[in-house]
Amino acid sequence: MHTTQDLLQFIFSGLTSGAVYALIALGFCVVSNTMGIVNFVQVDFVSLGGMLMFSALFAAGLPMVPGLLLAVTGVALLAMLVERVGLRPARSDHHLVLIFLTVGLSIILRGVMKLIWGKNRMALPPLTPDEPISILGATVLPQALWLLLLTCVAIGLLTWFFYRTSLGLSMRAVASNPTAAAVVGIPPGRIRMTSYALAGALGGLAGVLVTPITTLSYDVGVLLGLKGFAAAILGGFGSFPGAILGGVGLGLLESLSAGYLSSAYKDVVAFVVLLLVLFIRPKGLLGRS
Amino acid sequence: MLHLDEVSKKFGGLPALDRVCFSVPRGRVTALIGPNGAGKSTLINCVTGVLEPTSGSIRFAAQQLVGRPPHAIARLGIARTFQNLKLFPRLSVLDNVLTGLTCEAGRSLTMAMLRLPYLRHRERQLKLRALEALDRFGLADKARLPVAVLAYGDKKRVELARACVAEPQLVLLDEPVAGLNADETAAIGEQLKRLRGAGQTLLLVEHDMELVMGIADQVVVLDSGRCIARGTPDEVRSNPLVLEAYLGQMEATA
Repeated sequence: MHTTQDLLQFIFSGLTSGAVYALIALGFCVVSNTMGIVNFVQVDFVSLGGMLMFSALFAAGLPMVPGLLLAVTGVALLAMLVERVGLRPARSDHHLVLIFLTVGLSIILRGVMKLIWGKNRMALPPLTPDEPISILGATVLPQALWLLLLTCVAIGLLTWFFYRTSLGLSMRAVASNPTAAAVVGIPPGRIRMTSYALAGALGGLAGVLVTPITTLSYDVGVLLGLKGFAAAILGGFGSFPGAILGGVGLGLLESLSAGYLSSAYKDVVAFVVLLLVLFIRPKGLLGRS
Repeated sequence: MLHLDEVSKKFGGLPALDRVCFSVPRGRVTALIGPNGAGKSTLINCVTGVLEPTSGSIRFAAQQLVGRPPHAIARLGIARTFQNLKLFPRLSVLDNVLTGLTCEAGRSLTMAMLRLPYLRHRERQLKLRALEALDRFGLADKARLPVAVLAYGDKKRVELARACVAEPQLVLLDEPVAGLNADETAAIGEQLKRLRGAGQTLLLVEHDMELVMGIADQVVVLDSGRCIARGTPDEVRSNPLVLEAYLGQMEATA
């Protein structure tokens, strides 16, 4: 009964959600590499991206492209603020302290979003209001194509930043050996703030792109963020190629199992595979031990 | 150029440094010697901000270093190497040396976004300087390799190149030839002589007496955290206190 068209359809939808997971996973990795912690505020960067986009479009009346840029930049700036006033005053390098601070900050941020935008579900229009396109018989939303394209652009920019700029080199240096980085004169504070800015931009972009497909609410990022976190672990926490591979892998697993088994089991199948991978290869697919 | 005044460091009540005073003059090579456990590495760590002295003052030019974080001290123009290497193992040799220039590249993310052509020009210049440094230290053919795959002697030279690439005002070398064979030691010795010839101020911690005596303008001897002698290599060599410190240790280990 299943045709190649179906398969193509499942693969497309898997790639779409996979790209979102990959963006979120990359955000987790950036902070983890420079600070050694899991940044739970990452999930709220996703919601915040959607919310800022909503306000940019409907409260400020901006067109799509400036709205998108403003939303992503806005989340990046707020993420820097989270690091500067939320984490740095703790003056702690103790990972548990910092991780629990991010848990607390995440709850605070979600509360603030609930106050500002309310609890109702909202709808965000897609970037281009076109009809679904048919590609080799599979039906694809233009928004899904935008999502894939902009995810690739973001990954390209991220690679350029890490491998072609001094600041990117400094961040790789901190990830590789923090003591040596301090001794060659790399200021740890600036690196932390930059990694939060990047994590915010990645999470915000994921939120802006995915909420027209799902719906928008103050806690939409929680489940998406959890999946992104799972994707990062699947790929090997901290590895950028791993985050992309893990995201796409998790997205495909979900959509294929939803298509061929039952949509009720899609989360189960995805997480069972995640557990199996971790039993066999605890450091993840591309992780370093 | 670097002045230590009554610098003490205690670890849980045990003194590792006990009111150490000496100066490192500009353009000279000062060697810091002493038996194992004399406090040499502790002293280097106090100067570079890795450790904070319990008391005393360390001034560099007119600046007080005590209480400043390591990256701020590095930015004043003090570079160092480590006894047991602190490199970036996952980065290439070239990138490792480039990190030595990051203080100069600096600037913020927004700058990186706004001033692309200028920045690209700058990045290219920095890369050229790093490649020149690799050339000087005989590492040019290994520029693209990840540091993790290099031999120990090459890693030592990478760290030396990283410390020297920005032409810092002061370079602190913590046992640059420890663990190297005779050929490698001679090669590093040549590099140090070349640096000295170029007027680079060095503070050298070293066990290899031949190297120290051949290169140092001034020798400072530490024993059990105290500064027991200071002077030219010849003066120190004939100082009875120094002989006792070293001979005493030899008897103890014999």
